[in-house]
Amino acid sequence: MADTVGIVVITVGIAFDLFGCVGLVRFPDIYNRLQAATKCVTLGTCFILLGVLLVSGISSTGVKAILCLIFILLTSPTAAHALARGAHLFGLKLWEQSVCDKYEEEKRERR
Amino acid sequence: MRKLSLFVLSFIVWFLLAWPFRPGGGLYWQNIAVGGAVALLVAFLFGEVFTERPHRIFRITSYFWLLCYIPIFFYYMVIANFDVLYRLLHPKMPINPGIVKVKTSLKSKSGITALCNSITLTPGTLTVDLDDEGYLYIHWINVRSQDVEEASKIIVGRFEKILKKIFE
Repeated sequence: MADTVGIVVITVGIAFDLFGCVGLVRFPDIYNRLQAATKCVTLGTCFILLGVLLVSGISSTGVKAILCLIFILLTSPTAAHALARGAHLFGLKLWEQSVCDKYEEEKRERR
Repeated sequence: MRKLSLFVLSFIVWFLLAWPFRPGGGLYWQNIAVGGAVALLVAFLFGEVFTERPHRIFRITSYFWLLCYIPIFFYYMVIANFDVLYRLLHPKMPINPGIVKVKTSLKSKSGITALCNSITLTPGTLTVDLDDEGYLYIHWINVRSQDVEEASKIIVGRFEKILKKIFE
């Protein structure tokens, strides 16, 4: 029973990872791409690790899967902040049809 | 105090990594000795940068609120994923992106970090930067309001109350 549920959860996780990659190709600029990359890929990987936990139970593998899950939840958004901030400071523009860019205005005021 | 709490934390992580351990079984004492040595080293090297107020680690109510926070966070995270999925699979790609400015009233560094991470993992928002006065710059995939107050209410309001109970 736990095996079946685990494999289903792993499949859902892989599907989320796939859609994250589709988003990486389809979205127009780096910030939107980061949205797809962080959200879908983080949740997808969490699902894969949860599935591993369900399949293997509380064993050596399962406990490591929990640890990886916590680390991914902590580090993945942090990496996204670093990339987004770095890109903006480097001067990459938002997509032409973007609505507003308060950060750019703020940077101009500070100069 | 900081070093002690970091030592305990790294020791626990070590034992989770070396999980199937039985008292008296093979490698039991070796595990403890190596783990203790590594945890001591980590504690002395990184104790200074660990956390500002280590006594909060031992406050029980924070953990209670943390347990309440996990399901809320997970719910918003799943919603976020379906939102992004809808936007990226829709043939016309209904996105309306922009960077907005919001204000948070959280003060502690760990609280702000948790808030930023939660914002990044939940519906259509990605933290880009923050400044010293508590303003966050957030990339929003579907801008609903450019006003600081209103955007704060929509984005930050979801988490701020409960994070305040955990971290302040």
